[in-house]
Amino acid sequence: MKLAFRIALRFLTSSKGQTVLIALGIAIGISVQIFIGSLIQGLQISLLDATIGNASHITINADEKNAPINDYTSIRATVTSNHSEIKNISPTLTRGAFIKVGDDVEQIVYRGFELIEADKIYKFSDALVEGTQLPEDNEILIGVDIAKDFDIRIGDTVEIITPEGDIYENKVVGTFDLKVSSINKSWVIGSLTTAQMLFGFTSDQVSAIEMQIDVPFDADVLSERMQKESGIDDILFNNWKADNEQLLSGLSGQSTSSYMIQVFVVISVVLGIASVLAITVLQKSRQIGILKAMGINDRLSSQIFLLQGLILGILGGIFGIILGLGLLWSFTKFALNPDGTPVVPIYINLSFIGLSGLIAVVASTVASIIPAIKSKKLSPIEVIKNG
Amino acid sequence: MDNNIIQLSQVNKIYGTQIKTQVLFDIDLGIKKNSFNGIIGASGSGKSTLLNIIGTLDKPTNGQVMINGVRSDQMKKDELAKLRNETIGFIFQFHYLLPEFTAFENVLMPHFIKGQKVDKKMDARAHEIMSLVGLEKVKNNLAGNMSGGQQQRTAIARALINNPSVILADEPTGNLDSETTEVIYDLLRDVNKQFGTTFIIITHDRRIAEKTDRIIEIKDGRIFNDFTRR
Ligand SMILES: Nc1ncnc2c1ncn2[C@@H]1O[C@H](COP(=O)(O)OP(=O)(O)OP(=O)(O)O)[C@@H](O)[C@H]1O
Ligand SMILES: [Mg+2]
Repeated sequence: MKLAFRIALRFLTSSKGQTVLIALGIAIGISVQIFIGSLIQGLQISLLDATIGNASHITINADEKNAPINDYTSIRATVTSNHSEIKNISPTLTRGAFIKVGDDVEQIVYRGFELIEADKIYKFSDALVEGTQLPEDNEILIGVDIAKDFDIRIGDTVEIITPEGDIYENKVVGTFDLKVSSINKSWVIGSLTTAQMLFGFTSDQVSAIEMQIDVPFDADVLSERMQKESGIDDILFNNWKADNEQLLSGLSGQSTSSYMIQVFVVISVVLGIASVLAITVLQKSRQIGILKAMGINDRLSSQIFLLQGLILGILGGIFGIILGLGLLWSFTKFALNPDGTPVVPIYINLSFIGLSGLIAVVASTVASIIPAIKSKKLSPIEVIKNG
Repeated sequence: MDNNIIQLSQVNKIYGTQIKTQVLFDIDLGIKKNSFNGIIGASGSGKSTLLNIIGTLDKPTNGQVMINGVRSDQMKKDELAKLRNETIGFIFQFHYLLPEFTAFENVLMPHFIKGQKVDKKMDARAHEIMSLVGLEKVKNNLAGNMSGGQQQRTAIARALINNPSVILADEPTGNLDSETTEVIYDLLRDVNKQFGTTFIIITHDRRIAEKTDRIIEIKDGRIFNDFTRR
């Protein structure tokens, strides 16, 4: 094996140009594979992040519309203690209502939260455009679009009219921009206690409990498990996947086509290397014949070619990773939105890149099997006779 | 018979399957240990074929080939490889060095193939053999960067390195000038005397053939003349 490695290495270093060319061929294939794979992954992650990054993954609702969830603190306590996968959990009381400014009345969604907890899901503090603090009791945040439509300023007092017709005054302490215009147009955010008072809920009732979990893709399985465990039959555990089937099927279609492209890139790399390596057997047949006359056995002669494949694969893999990362880097530098952020935020997945490197090594070694077998068949007498 | 290192009996060689050409006819030939033999004969008479069969590079169509008392014509490929590595040294008409390796590495190649490390003793031996063939100065040249004579001498040093019992040489000086030819034959003779290596050398050169202990003349695939000097 040591001798085979030594000969393989010498064969490769003695024709450097050819070696570099083959390694470059592998490298380009692998870099394209890394580039496409990372691009698609980045695309999907940013899309998912936009969809569920600041939203509830699993939501507990009452099974009847507009009915309250009773004794929410104990439900929350049970779920939290049973599932360490839960990252954030926040109760909410959400009701349709109206906002009245002067003579104008507009329909809104009033969302009462335990704001410290809800902020971890919705990142209100980061989304604040005006104002610096989250609302206390009888205070609210409103979306930037409502503020603009009604010309509401911080410190203004607005009237909230409940569906029952009750009217309460709340003070506006800030405006937010959550990057979704339907939210910016409709959400009014206040404290849970204020909402409970507004809508006639007791301090133990909410309309939903929202949570985020460590692995969003487990939401369907987890919510089902939670439902079974809860033992309460008038609450429902809903998950984001059920509400986003189209997005998910789009993503999986995209993944499939990305895999297809990657597979074909790898196949063409394998074919390329195999044909070049097959030629190197012809180039080196004289040497193999001489070595066989001197007594190397068939195993050693095939090892020489397998090792050449292995070495080329390692070289190509390393070059390919460097090149792929370079491509990704230049993509984030040159493919920019007007505001200077990258069109697609690139996601560097080290295990994916490691896998690509491994594919280069395996593919190139596999490609060298044919020349390895060919070298077995070479007989020294042919070489001795034909010069 | 017992001190024959090589024994061929009734060896035939027929090339081709459709159009058959018989090249060797019922060859019986014994080669004594430590002897220095020459094979002569016209072009196409079958000399190389015979030597390649002795060297296990080629197989007889039928007949027996014994080397060191074992039948090589019935051995498996891997056994033959080992036999060649350990007991036979080849010097071909063209030098057949590995161009990717230096002269020194080429000389040591049969030793590497044996699967052994180069210790101090081996290193010294390799240097000794190389200076014996006068290659001290060019030992680190790549095989391609040497003159024809130097390459041929490298091939000779390589044939010697594993201290084989037999060295088979096919026109080893065929493409060298007469002065170098002389030097190389003296060298081979020295090795024969010093190490007791058995030599079988094909040559066209009658003057060279006359320096051997025994001349075997091949004609049309048969032993035509077999002359041993006393
Ligand atoms: N593979 C083969 N198929 C058919 N005939 C062959 C084959 N190899 C050799 N021969 C024939 O066998 C005969 C002997 O060849 P060989 O090489 O042994 O001759 P030689 O005595 O060494 O000649 P030279 O002195 O020219 O080297 C030649 O007539 C040659 O044409
Ligand atoms: Mg010949």
